[in-house]
Amino acid sequence: MSERQLTMAMAINEAIGNEMRRNKELILLGQDIGPYGGTFGVYRGLYDEFGEDRVKDGPLCEAATTGFGVGLALAGMPTIVEIEFIDFMTLASDALCNQAAKMRYFFGGQVQIPLVVRTPIVNRLGLGAQHSQSLEAWLMHVPGLRVMVPSNATDAKGLMLSAIRDGNPCVFIEHVRLYGQKAPVPEADVPIELGKLRVAREGKDISLITYSGMVKPCLDAAEALAAEGVDCEVLDLRTLAPLDREGIWSSVRKTGRAVIAHEAVKTAGVGAEIGQTIMEGAFDYLQAPVVRVASRDLPIPTGTLQNLVFPDTADVVQAVKEVMQ
Amino acid sequence: MSLTIDTHTLEGWHSTMCLIRAFEEEAIDSFRKGRFTGSTHPCIGQEAIAVGAAAALQPTDQVFATYRGHGHAIAKGADPKRLMAELLCKVTGCSGGRGGSMHLCDIERDFWGTNAIVAAHIPIAGGMAMANKLRKNNKVTVVYFGDGASCEGAFFETLNMAALWKVPLVLVCENNGYAISVPTHKAIPNADVVQRAQGFALAGVCVDGNDPVAVNQGVAEAVHRARQGDGPTLVECKTTRWERHSAISAGKYDDEEEAMKWKTVDPIPRFETVLREQGISQETLDQHRDEAKRVIADAIAFAESSAAPSPESVADFVFA
Repeated sequence: MSERQLTMAMAINEAIGNEMRRNKELILLGQDIGPYGGTFGVYRGLYDEFGEDRVKDGPLCEAATTGFGVGLALAGMPTIVEIEFIDFMTLASDALCNQAAKMRYFFGGQVQIPLVVRTPIVNRLGLGAQHSQSLEAWLMHVPGLRVMVPSNATDAKGLMLSAIRDGNPCVFIEHVRLYGQKAPVPEADVPIELGKLRVAREGKDISLITYSGMVKPCLDAAEALAAEGVDCEVLDLRTLAPLDREGIWSSVRKTGRAVIAHEAVKTAGVGAEIGQTIMEGAFDYLQAPVVRVASRDLPIPTGTLQNLVFPDTADVVQAVKEVMQ
Repeated sequence: MSLTIDTHTLEGWHSTMCLIRAFEEEAIDSFRKGRFTGSTHPCIGQEAIAVGAAAALQPTDQVFATYRGHGHAIAKGADPKRLMAELLCKVTGCSGGRGGSMHLCDIERDFWGTNAIVAAHIPIAGGMAMANKLRKNNKVTVVYFGDGASCEGAFFETLNMAALWKVPLVLVCENNGYAISVPTHKAIPNADVVQRAQGFALAGVCVDGNDPVAVNQGVAEAVHRARQGDGPTLVECKTTRWERHSAISAGKYDDEEEAMKWKTVDPIPRFETVLREQGISQETLDQHRDEAKRVIADAIAFAESSAAPSPESVADFVFA
């Protein structure tokens, strides 16, 4: 029997729709989420089914929208706020980082913030410096936030269910290039445990550690390298916070080599954290220095120049060869 | 002056104003004596607002306040012992001793805490008010903030959203004339903060913030409007800040004399004049002050004798 295939956008839509049917107090908040269905169509159909009180189309104001989301969540109404591009997270960051992430702690556990902020990375489309970034490291740096970075429809559904049910502030980072990609998605609502990476490809020679938009290029690189006799293991982190440190160590202890790949700029990126994590738990097993594949430390340009900034499959292949030498 | 409020209620207001004053005096003294570190942001001189506004609320109405919010917590019914213990970072504190002076709360009494990022709590209060509206629970949310916060984007964005969606929110601006050291005339082009309400199509009223009766009337009308489903109101309460911004603020003011002149308009003796006109004896008023001092002496003794949170608990309460 062939498994049902859904795009990532449809998988996220299904998770949210099912949770809204299950929990009548779950609210969606954001701009363009009403009849328009969300900037990238993830909310298609939800406004018609749940109406304007629960699918609350609002004005352009990320700070107050996120703040309202925190207030609704504090009141016990789980809320999903949409920030249309991750680049706009700067505008939402106070409500998220100074408020949602800290409030339970500084009030001694007396409040709970069941808030999910959905936001996509939108890159390689020529949209320039303010609509092409990958800002996940900023969010991973804040104690009190969960950060999800699914790479496929299957995980996106399970992780969205987990994010909604977790009851803590979660940032759910989607990826515009993945929205249309299909994968098998179970009809049943099965949450995925947070902080558990997925071994996307087993291998014995080197660990390629990645997430979100770089999982596919890493898998492609692994295929290309297999033809040259290099057996790559590909780890899809799925969540950056919590980070599956044990999962990373387990793989690197086996392979003794690691390449970390992401689309965010290199300096102080997620790769730096993972590299150091490897030092802390797998140093004795390393046979070569860990190498990072990342975007160059530049604002993102438009046009042909953008191709010089983002990493691709060839960069991963080259990095692996460097490490294997 | 004739008042429609019964003398028993007025006595209660006076009593609470004295309690807030005594709490803040003790907080400053305790800070100077090194009983706690960080800082404390006294609301001395602003007691009439906390008391007059809280008296317009039902116990189940929600309140959000700022770091200058010890008085709002007391006026909402929080226990001074647990508040003082929080200032001293003790495990018996209202936030378990990890929030401190700027993060007090009493969730059981719907005091949803004090916040230390200027204006950030205003949209959060808006969200709580929105939840009230969606749940049709007839509750109103009140948010206190200063003139400084009325210059922040989060404030303007909330005015826009709250008015648009007619959420049951009462925005109480305590205009004490200063944002840390910057006087309002250097920060705000409007003569009154309340003028900003008009641009966002919401109701606004400006009251004498040093008179608890005037505050009570202004806030009560706003609460009524909110409960009726007619949306938010901006209530500007003109007041004055007695102390500097916080116990660790040391910088120079443009005009030191101007900054301190309001000490001549202390709301407590002023209210006492009104109360004596209502037939309340000086002896009763003196008893309120003495009682307040006794309650606060008990509070500081309780706080001092309480234990600090255990080292093992440092990582508790990050996630649910």
